[in-house]
Amino acid sequence: MTAHADIAHGETAHEHAHPGIGTYVKIGVILFVLTAAEVAVYEFGYNHAGAGFGALLHPVVIPVLLVLSALKFALVAMFYMHLKQDSRLFSSLFVFPLIIAAVVIVALIALFAYHYAFQKLIH
Amino acid sequence: MSHAAHALDAHAMAPAADHATTTGLDSRKMAIWTFIGSECLFFASLISTYLVYRGKSLVGPFPHEAWTSPAGQHFEPILEIKLVTVGTALLLFSSLFVVIALNGAQRNRRGQLLTFLGLTIMCGIFFVGMQVYEFTHFVHEGLKLQTNLFGASFFTLTGFHGTHVTMGVIWLITMFILALRGKVTPEKALNLELAALYWHFVDVVWIVIFPVVYLMK
Repeated sequence: MTAHADIAHGETAHEHAHPGIGTYVKIGVILFVLTAAEVAVYEFGYNHAGAGFGALLHPVVIPVLLVLSALKFALVAMFYMHLKQDSRLFSSLFVFPLIIAAVVIVALIALFAYHYAFQKLIH
Repeated sequence: MSHAAHALDAHAMAPAADHATTTGLDSRKMAIWTFIGSECLFFASLISTYLVYRGKSLVGPFPHEAWTSPAGQHFEPILEIKLVTVGTALLLFSSLFVVIALNGAQRNRRGQLLTFLGLTIMCGIFFVGMQVYEFTHFVHEGLKLQTNLFGASFFTLTGFHGTHVTMGVIWLITMFILALRGKVTPEKALNLELAALYWHFVDVVWIVIFPVVYLMK
């Protein structure tokens, strides 16, 4: 039991208190604004791409959407999933597969892009 | 944050003696994070499949472009951005509600716990309902799993996500019933934290799916 108590004590040293409701609400507002920004980027970048701001936005719609999405992802993981406060081991358990996942997505897209380009070349 | 609140948080986060590991972390929390890590790879395979087949469908209906079949049947772009945006916003709010519910559980605030857990469940049910409506609408419009590459990859990706949301709703309803019976105490708040972690994961997956499937042309 003593060993267990030590472990429990060590745990509290590793982990910090979760944020309060105020922080959660602030993050919620930021997430809502970022989602609205995503839809605005879609609307201006594609449906009003003829002139003005939409014309400027059109070539960069996909990178902008990816950045906004990554920001939202990071905010939820850090504050709502408490990775910012919890043990780094939990972050590793999440981030390492995430890196592999990103590599898998990029590798498959590259592989199939090459495949389609090669098919086009020989036909 | 006050000293008392810190002490309460530390107490709520400390592993139960029978769930401690040599890392000093609770085995149940380790398990849920390992599961979430494996789920990242599962959804990565589905998202890559969708991206690889994007724009490769030979026949419509298409996600963003109108299409007329050789038989003369006209199909409008099939995606309903407005409806899905509402669903996305509700899923994000549900993530906020579940952390506030967890905060209530950790601080023994029963009213806060029940109210926000109930709101989370309602948001989840609305999201699933939105997806059921969307799928039914698509089938009526002529897009099925076997219609084209878009249909196959779209229904597989969003269908698996919807199944995960449904599982999350069932898990949260179970927690709500336990909370009603007074069994989600500060000492047992980790049980709700595990459900909340799964729920947030379902949310972050949608954060990726929403722009990739609905907003990128």
